[in-house]
Amino acid sequence: MKRIVGVLGIALAIGLSGQADAQTLKTVRDRGALICGVSQGLPGFSNPDDKGTWTGLDVDFCRAIAAAIFNDPTKVKFTPLSSKDRFEPLKSSEVDLLSRNTTWTSSRDALFNFAGVIYFDGQGFMVRKALKVNSALELNGASICTQTGTTTELNLGDYFRSNNMKYEVIAFGSADETIKAYESGRCDAFTTDMSQLYSERLKLSNANDHVILPEVISKEPLGPLVRQGDDQWFDVVKWTLFAMLNAEELGVSSKTLDDALKSKQPEIRRMLGVDGTYGEQLGLTRDWVVRIVRHVGNYGEVFERNVGASSKLGISRGINRLWTKGGIQYAPPIR
Amino acid sequence: MTKTAFYNNPRFRSAFYQLAVLAVVIWFGVEFAINARANLEAQNVRFGFRFLQDPASFGIVQSLIPYGEQDTYGRVFLVGLLNTLLVSALGIVFATILGFIIGLARLSPNWLLARLAGGYVELVRNLPLLFQIMFWYLAVLLALPGPRQSLALGLQPLLLSAADGFAYLQRFGAPDAIAQWWRSLAEWIGPPAIYLNNRGLIMPRAVFGEGSRIVAAAFVIAILAIIGLRAWARRRQQATGAQFPLLWPSLAILVGLPALATLAVGWPVSFDLPQLRGFNFVGGSQVIPEFTALLVALTTYTAAFIAEVVRAGVLAVPKGQTEAAMALGLRRKTTLRLIVVPQAMRVIIPPLTNQYLNLTKNSTLAVAIGYPDLVAVFAGTTLNQTHQAIEIIAITMAVYLVISLVTSLAMNAYNARLRRADRWRA
Repeated sequence: MKRIVGVLGIALAIGLSGQADAQTLKTVRDRGALICGVSQGLPGFSNPDDKGTWTGLDVDFCRAIAAAIFNDPTKVKFTPLSSKDRFEPLKSSEVDLLSRNTTWTSSRDALFNFAGVIYFDGQGFMVRKALKVNSALELNGASICTQTGTTTELNLGDYFRSNNMKYEVIAFGSADETIKAYESGRCDAFTTDMSQLYSERLKLSNANDHVILPEVISKEPLGPLVRQGDDQWFDVVKWTLFAMLNAEELGVSSKTLDDALKSKQPEIRRMLGVDGTYGEQLGLTRDWVVRIVRHVGNYGEVFERNVGASSKLGISRGINRLWTKGGIQYAPPIR
Repeated sequence: MTKTAFYNNPRFRSAFYQLAVLAVVIWFGVEFAINARANLEAQNVRFGFRFLQDPASFGIVQSLIPYGEQDTYGRVFLVGLLNTLLVSALGIVFATILGFIIGLARLSPNWLLARLAGGYVELVRNLPLLFQIMFWYLAVLLALPGPRQSLALGLQPLLLSAADGFAYLQRFGAPDAIAQWWRSLAEWIGPPAIYLNNRGLIMPRAVFGEGSRIVAAAFVIAILAIIGLRAWARRRQQATGAQFPLLWPSLAILVGLPALATLAVGWPVSFDLPQLRGFNFVGGSQVIPEFTALLVALTTYTAAFIAEVVRAGVLAVPKGQTEAAMALGLRRKTTLRLIVVPQAMRVIIPPLTNQYLNLTKNSTLAVAIGYPDLVAVFAGTTLNQTHQAIEIIAITMAVYLVISLVTSLAMNAYNARLRRADRWRA
C-alpha cells in the first residue's frame, strides 16, 4: 500500500514540480555546503556509523565534489532517501545530486541526467556454503528469496527460463523480511544486486557460511544523477567522477600527490592544473583535481577503502577495474 | 405572521446544503480526472487495460491454475484472486468452527475450560495481527528443519518407533518376535510419503486414472442418498415421533457405495510420491509455509473475535428459555443445539458478517510473508512493473468490494431466513 501511495505521490509531484534551478553550482557556493541524497544505510555505499558520520563509495563521491568546490570534503550534508522516494527530492531541488546506488536506465535518463557509472553492478545470487553450489547454473529446482516489486523478479524469471531450469520464487515486501526468510532456510538462494548481496551478507549472523556465486544475470550500472536543465552542474558532477578515474589511471593517489605535482608527464601536469586552466573552464579552480585527490583519493583508493578486498565487504574489483587493467572503467581525458 | 427571510427557510437551507455537497463531490471528481490525466501524460503512461494482455515474465510460488512466466498480467490477476479467495474461504470456515467452540467453552460451567477459553480470547485478540503472522511464519514454520532433514510423517515412522519400544521391553523378558513383527509390518507398509520441513508440507498427489469418474459419481450418489435418508427420517419423526439412527447407515452408504464402485472398476487412483531430488522435493503436492502461516494466523485471530460474538449471542437468549428446556427434561447438549443456538444466531449473524469481511481484508497482510495474494502479485509486482496505478488500484478495490458485498449478501439472506422461521413459530 505504501508503495502505491508513493507511485501516486510521484505522479502528483511530477504534475506540480516546475523548471529546475539552472544555477546549482552558484546555489551550492552561496549555501556553503553541498546537499547529497544517499541511501538509508547500505554498508560500503552510504552508511552512517554510530557517531552519525557517513561513509561509503557514494558518500566519498559527494565529498569529492565538495572538495573540488570548497577545498573541504566536510562541507556536505547527507539526506537519506528510500529507494521508492529517492527521485522527488532531486526533482524539487531539495538535494543537489543523488548518489544512491541508482541503476542507469533509459526511463530514468528521460527524466534526469546520469553523470556516469561509479559501480558496474549486476544481479547475482547468494547461497549457503554447505550446499556446495559453485555456479548459478546448478540452481535447478531451488527455492529463491527476493524482494517484490523490483526488476530482480523479472531478471530471475528470464534467467531460469532461458537456461531451462525450474525454480520457486518467494517474494517479500521488504528487504529485511527477505533476508530473514533466507537466513532461516526458507530459500536455497537469495537474489538482488551483487553489491547489495555483499552488504546484506554482513547482516547475517554468520556471514562466512554464505557465498556469493560468480554469475551476474543482469546489467545494473550504478551512478550519480542530477536534474536536467543545468549543464554546468551536470559537467561538474560528471568530471569529478572522471577526475577520480583519470587520477588512478595516471597513478596519482593521495600518497603520491606531492611527487606528481613535480611530474614532467604532460597528462599529469594538465590534470593537476600545473599546465592549463581546465578546471576553470568547468567553473571550478585550476587545482580542482589536486583538491579531490588530496582530500578523498582517486577512484581505486575510494573503491578499496569502502567496498574492496581489504574492506568489510570484500568485493573484488572485477569489471570495475580500469580499462588499462582489464576492466571497463574508462574516463575521457582532461585536456 | 411574520415572513421569514428565504435563507432562513428550512426547506431552502436543506436543498442548498445538499446542492453544495453535490457540487463539491462533482468538482472533486472532475479535478481528480483532469489531474490524473495530466500526470499520466507527464509520465508517458497510457491509460487503459491493454497491459493485461502483456506477458508478466515473473514467477509466482503458489498457483491454483497453471501459470508460467510467459503468461499475461491478466492471468497474474486470476492467480492472485484465487489465492486470496482460497485463504479467505478456508479462514472463514476454520475461524467459524474454532470461534464457536471457544465461545461456547467460555460459557461452560467447567471452570478450567471457561478460563482457558477466556485466556485464549484475551491473549489472541489483543496482539497485532501482523505480529501473529510473523510469529507463525518465522518462529514456528521456518524453524522446522530443512528439506534434507525433513520430518517424515506417516505410518512407517510410527510403526518403527513402536518396534523400538518393544525392542526395549526385551530387556524385561518380552519375546523378540513382537518387535520383529512390528518391524516387518513397517516394511510392508512402505516408506513414508508425507514430509514436513521449512519449505512446507509435502504430500503424495492423487492421480486419477480411468474409471475414477465412476467412483466420484458413486460418492455423489452416496451423499444425495444420505440427504434423502435424513429428510425421510425427519418426516417420519414428525409424523410418528420415532427416531431413526442416522449415523451408522449414513456412514455405511458413504463408504460402501464408492467401495463397491472401486471393486467394479478396479483401483483407479495412483499416487505421485514426492522424492528428495537436489534442493527440494520433486513431485507430490506441497502446502507452502506462507499459506499455512497466514491461514493459521487469520483463523486464530478472527476466532477470538467470533468467540466473543458467539458468547454475546448466547447470553442474549433469555435464561428462561434454558430453564424451560431443562424443565421439559432436555439434556444440556440438546438444549444448546435446539433452543439456545438457533435463537442466538439472530444476534450472532450481523457481527459475524463483520468478522468475515475483516478476515478477507486482513488477508492482504500476506505481502509481509511473501504469500502471493491479489495485493502482492497484482497491486504490488504488476503495478510496479507496468506503472498502470489507477487501473490496477481500481480493479483491486472493485474485487474486494465485490467479495465483501457477496459475503454480506449471503449472510443477510441467511439472517432473513432465520428470522422468517422465527415468525412462523411464533
